[in-house]
Amino acid sequence: MAHGDRTIAQLDGVERHFGAVQALGGVNFEVRSGECVGLVGHNGAGKSTLMNILAGIGTPDAGLIRINGAVEPGYSIQRARALGVRCVFQELSLCPNLNVAENTRVSHPSLSGRGGARTAADLIMAKLDEIFPGHGIAPGDIVADLSITKRQMVEVARAFTVTSDPLLLVILDEPTSSLDAQTAEQLLSHVRRGVATGTSFVLISHLLGEILNTCDRVVVMRDGMVVADDRSESFDRGRLIATMGGGHPQTQAEGTDTADPGAHRPVMVRAQGAQSQIELVARQGEIVGLAGLAGHGQTKLLIEVFEAGAASQAGISVAAPMALVPGDRQTDGIFPLWSIARNISIRSLARMRRGPFLASDLEQELAATWQERIGIRTPDMDNNILSLSGGNQQKALFARALGSDARIILMDDPMRGVDVGTKLDVYDLIRTEARRGRTFLWYTTETEELNNCDRVYVFRNGQIVSELARGELTEEKVIHSSFEGAEN
Amino acid sequence: MVVPPVAARRPANYARMVRTLLPAFSFTLILLAIAWLNPRAISYLGFSLMLNLAIPIALATIAQMFVITINELDLSIGTFVGFVGCVTATWLRDDPLIGILVLMAAIAVYAGLGALIHLRNLPSIVVTLGMSFVWQGLSILLLPKPGGKAPDWLLALMGFKPPFVPFPIVAALIIGLVVHFGLMRSAYGTVLRGAGGNPQAIGRAGWSLLRTKVVMFAMTGLFGVFSGIALIGITTSADANIGNGYTLLSIAGVILGGGEFVGGRVSPIGAVIGALTLALAAGSLLTFMHIPPDWQVAANGVILILVLAARAFISRRGG
Repeated sequence: MAHGDRTIAQLDGVERHFGAVQALGGVNFEVRSGECVGLVGHNGAGKSTLMNILAGIGTPDAGLIRINGAVEPGYSIQRARALGVRCVFQELSLCPNLNVAENTRVSHPSLSGRGGARTAADLIMAKLDEIFPGHGIAPGDIVADLSITKRQMVEVARAFTVTSDPLLLVILDEPTSSLDAQTAEQLLSHVRRGVATGTSFVLISHLLGEILNTCDRVVVMRDGMVVADDRSESFDRGRLIATMGGGHPQTQAEGTDTADPGAHRPVMVRAQGAQSQIELVARQGEIVGLAGLAGHGQTKLLIEVFEAGAASQAGISVAAPMALVPGDRQTDGIFPLWSIARNISIRSLARMRRGPFLASDLEQELAATWQERIGIRTPDMDNNILSLSGGNQQKALFARALGSDARIILMDDPMRGVDVGTKLDVYDLIRTEARRGRTFLWYTTETEELNNCDRVYVFRNGQIVSELARGELTEEKVIHSSFEGAEN
Repeated sequence: MVVPPVAARRPANYARMVRTLLPAFSFTLILLAIAWLNPRAISYLGFSLMLNLAIPIALATIAQMFVITINELDLSIGTFVGFVGCVTATWLRDDPLIGILVLMAAIAVYAGLGALIHLRNLPSIVVTLGMSFVWQGLSILLLPKPGGKAPDWLLALMGFKPPFVPFPIVAALIIGLVVHFGLMRSAYGTVLRGAGGNPQAIGRAGWSLLRTKVVMFAMTGLFGVFSGIALIGITTSADANIGNGYTLLSIAGVILGGGEFVGGRVSPIGAVIGALTLALAAGSLLTFMHIPPDWQVAANGVILILVLAARAFISRRGG
């Protein structure tokens, strides 16, 4: 393979913060000409944030960006495109109301004059024919009518079309996640052909085989840092997994013994996910973790379980009232115009009544109890919920669930963006409530949180692929199952 | 090029074809009803009279369509058309320079609203509802009681009688085709529609979303001005409340013409046909049906509901 020694893109000491959360802590990253770099890491390791900066979408809080050796102080999307840096985003970025040719035209400002539509159609068709022979897509097809696989094919092919701007570096963020095996293979061999002709690539994928077979070099990220950077021959699956997740067995969190203490207790939730071989079972007083990569069916299952409380769902049975603690508190959680107290009592209003009217003293009592128990830091529970910090807002949502009559608490990655102090408070509370007989289903993207669980189910592609009891729970096993499945 | 399998493609295209043909179909239906009720109306003179008011409605509908393309709504278009009417019947006749400057300033205000809505992330419904009172107030200040007179050149233009085809139909064709090529065929028109479909994608392709909002609101202002001028050319004098019904008519016209409230799915030609349909349904049809004037407004509303319900029904079954 002919690798240029020339460094075409270089990120120096790049930092990025979202509020108090550090997404990137001084990352150095470079791509040489005619090279395919694999970028791997667990959820939230900072891969997408780093690539957004390279594509000009996010601006770093600190650090330098060099393209073709020159420092780019005012780096932007437009500048990135002009220099030839393209990105295929993880979430699709085609306009569903436009057709395939129009979507191509939109990304090429130079196709403005007469005949531009025709040129765009020819361009994208030629590229689709080249990368995905037999693709079955016509330039006049409206994107909304195409299957997700075909949309992904169009998006990938569009990134390779060239008009006035050069093609220097293509960033592929999980490009094969919506492709079937055959088209994924077509794409990866196209990447290899591109490398041979001097184009560079960054490939993000959770399929480690894909990374090892396609890339010349692999960069592993963890907690916003690059923790390994080496030629791909020097990696194998084991070393990649070990580098991503630490690989050493986790210390047990304090608490219950490792034997299955609850086998005799009544089953509170039983759910047979679609096509899953493994049935999810949660008994009274258990904390059950749902793990795996983000968006692999955990939230869907939680919602299905929750809906089973109102109307029976096939394959799911629940034995007690439930409450859901949402993860995206801004859209699914808080009532932004209401007070903290009302935000907590809304789930329990049926108990707060005297005759047909709400009894405000009962509401206040509930709010005061939970302010103390969960430690919501506010001078007055009648203040607006938005006066709280993010972590305290999340505590209020926990108080809403725990203060209700629910015996089963479903948690949809509730600790996203919450500070460590709050997390520790809430972990304690969850364990206490579990000892009192409440059942928790806890979806989390943070592997350490699984240490609080009695049992963990790992999800992949909407299925439960493995069940780990507390005694056999290690981060390595979780990562292993979420990346390659339990069968390996 | 690879020929896609027919079976996989038929449903999507079939649904789209039904949606595309629906405006023409409902227009034909109304025409047939009129022909049945009053055969003499289907003539050069009949169409000229029946569709006269369709020109300003079509222009207002196109104006509304521009903002709907980018997922916004203009609740002030009716009173804006009225304001433009008042300016046309007074300043534009008496002192054309001032009139033109005022109308250009009004378009600039629209462009500014687009920028405001984008930068402050405001709901357009609220902003334009507020503006509707501003335009109404300005109209009343300008023309406290009905009056004024249309400029002579405008009367001549709107009274134009082309051979064979009535003027409103010619005008509707021209409006539809011009906007169709501008919005559906041009490169920037594609970007503008894309901004309604997936703004993030357009931003990531390096286009300014602020600019798309400003351009679309300015276009709404421009076609609102055209609509107000055309309206005065037909009515010959103005009244501060003359355009008030246009807000809802224009929204209904866009939806009837195959547009969607969100997602950048619009059709300029469909919108013009939708406006013509509404003009016929709201005016001539009711008269021919001998609905007493007291009940015409209510009957108008009923027809609107029926037609839009039929559209929703058919597009749901088709798509």
